[in-house]
Amino acid sequence: MNNPQLNKNGELQHLLSTEGLPARILRDILDQAGEFVNPNGGSEIRKVPLLHGKSVFNIFFENSTRTRTTFEIAAKRLSADVVNLNIGSSSTSKGETLLDTVDNLCAMHADMFVVRHSTSGAAHLIAKHVAPDIHVINAGDGRHAHPTQALLDMFTIRHYKKEFHNLTVAIVGDVLHSRVARSQIHALTTLGVPEVRVVAPKTLLPSHVDKLGVRVFHDMEEGLKGVDVVMMLRLQNERMQGALLPSAQEYFKYYGLTQDRLALAKDDAIVMHPGPMNRGVEIDSSVADGSQAVILPQVTFGIAVRMAVMSMLARN
Amino acid sequence: MNIHIKNGRLIDPSNQLDAQQDLFIVDQRVAAIGKAPKGFVAEQVIDASGMIVMPGLVDVAARLREPGYEYRATLESEMAAAVAGGVTSLACPPDTDPPLDEPGLVEMLKHRARALNQCRVFPIGALTYGLKGAELTEMVELSEAGCKAFSQADAPLTDTRVLMRAMQYAATFGYRVWLRPQDSFLAKNGVAHDGEVATRLGLPPIPVIAETIALSTALQLARETGVTLHICRLSSAAAVDMVRAAKQEGLNVTCDVSMNHVHLTEMDIGYFDANCHLMPPLRSQRDRTALRAGLLDGTIDAICSNHSPVDDDAKLLPFAEAEAGATGLELLLTLVLKWAEQEKVPLLHALSRITINPAKLLGQKMGHLSLGAHADICIFDPAANWRVEPAALRSQGKNTPFNGYEMQGRVRYTLLDGQLVFQQ
Repeated sequence: MNNPQLNKNGELQHLLSTEGLPARILRDILDQAGEFVNPNGGSEIRKVPLLHGKSVFNIFFENSTRTRTTFEIAAKRLSADVVNLNIGSSSTSKGETLLDTVDNLCAMHADMFVVRHSTSGAAHLIAKHVAPDIHVINAGDGRHAHPTQALLDMFTIRHYKKEFHNLTVAIVGDVLHSRVARSQIHALTTLGVPEVRVVAPKTLLPSHVDKLGVRVFHDMEEGLKGVDVVMMLRLQNERMQGALLPSAQEYFKYYGLTQDRLALAKDDAIVMHPGPMNRGVEIDSSVADGSQAVILPQVTFGIAVRMAVMSMLARN
Repeated sequence: MNIHIKNGRLIDPSNQLDAQQDLFIVDQRVAAIGKAPKGFVAEQVIDASGMIVMPGLVDVAARLREPGYEYRATLESEMAAAVAGGVTSLACPPDTDPPLDEPGLVEMLKHRARALNQCRVFPIGALTYGLKGAELTEMVELSEAGCKAFSQADAPLTDTRVLMRAMQYAATFGYRVWLRPQDSFLAKNGVAHDGEVATRLGLPPIPVIAETIALSTALQLARETGVTLHICRLSSAAAVDMVRAAKQEGLNVTCDVSMNHVHLTEMDIGYFDANCHLMPPLRSQRDRTALRAGLLDGTIDAICSNHSPVDDDAKLLPFAEAEAGATGLELLLTLVLKWAEQEKVPLLHALSRITINPAKLLGQKMGHLSLGAHADICIFDPAANWRVEPAALRSQGKNTPFNGYEMQGRVRYTLLDGQLVFQQ
């Protein structure tokens, strides 16, 4: 089976998932992103003409402000023309199919699509459908993948930890419904992290999660012992309705990241979160605002990483 | 018409016959095998040199989409597909729109099928009104209209009291109940086997226990009510074990498997191939191995196509949103041959799974070539190679997980009641 993300030269054609990408491509993206981050360490990111004359369409079938905004900023810093479409869930009620929408946008001479959709596999479907000169970036599909989030997380880890091969990383929370977690796991294992842990109650883990190459912990304290990186996941409120959890309070009591629990990790451990955070549900405010949290730098790096992905695709 | 089928290799599992024999048809029936009957003058001669002559296939699950879903398929298109696949009898599930819960609908369907005169159609009646799982249908009336069994198709029947009463009522009259076991709560919103692939792709899962819990309920109720129970579309190793044990115990239970599950696993989903979105879901390699073992030891009685034509628009969607189902009538024979070759199953044994066995499930005296039997016959070239090209399929449903596969064995002639209804 051909890898739908690579062209015939083995270069990145679409970014749909971190799964199945060679480590060299992941490293190239991180290296490239490093060049976009201000070398003097400031937060300013340079504007470059790499996508001058190109049209990037952000098509979001599911609401998102943060991800869409960072993609928009990234495209603009690359001098692209950016069009934002918040299609929401109304497109299907109007009767237009996903691929009809895409065809219409292709007719408007799109060069690149940034797609978010509530159903797993939507970005793959679009990538399979579009002409070979159009690139697709998955900005989150159902529970499947959110590769740019995972890549910015890798960038953040490398920024603070320098290497991957000596790390223990814990991913904590609702892995079952999380596209972020799946993409993080594949990226971490591809980049050579020797121990990736997932920590969650049994109701929030996919049945075969061990097959993804992770160690499974149900006890938060055990799971955090000695880790270098803690990656928190967001807990959606609707999880309480599906009989997955009794209450947010009880969840926080056993799986919330508090200062006491964080003390079990290495002294220099960093705390990450893809946002938006639920303070007092999965993370305590004192941790979120504490010295070990790198949550805001994640957002800043996110722009550089998305610039790197877009410029790499535009080159291939 | 008097027909002489000569030089073919005759395989009739019901009569344990596998030999180079000529077959003679007089007045739409099998008149003689080997030597021509006295005074026989052939009006038509079919030269079956190098070919296999067998009873027409009997398929226990083929959706024709009439009434209600004519935009997906019509009787005309699907009957043409059936005979092109050598299928001369098929049972259609009741999940049409409206469902087959009224005698008038059943009569209309039978009438339409008879007028087309291509393939025999045996409608399966709805077990409950509107397949809603609440009120029993008029089974006696439906039976008189032509229903050979009663089923919920893929619709849930969560109320076990209703299920028990439906079985009791059916058992009163000796009617068969066909069920596809799936616990609707455990399978809720699910689209793929709860395994490695669904975990990786983030697809809402359907665990094996959704099948085994419902199967356990059905088997216990069958034991209690004495109904003749047929289990449709087994998908898991655990379910095969349960049916095997039930048969050993002496329960009046039979079961079938779809050809898709004999050949494919969850791995075939690859990168979200919606053609592999099927119900029940494709399961693991271990499950497929167990299904094949169940076919070999007789636990599984029949292989069906589970033909479910879906229009392209309903498939060109992200995996979970795409409609489940695949076309199948034209692939049933070749896929059974492929299984037989892979597992070194003698054809006599393999072909029983698509002839005499499914005929028995429908309680019909067909699926064999005994003297005096209706001359429903399939003649195929076992050496013919072909490639599955969706556009070349006669079915209106073009979606199949076997798209592009190289196949061996192609139907050359199909006869229904001693009349040539297909030839290529």
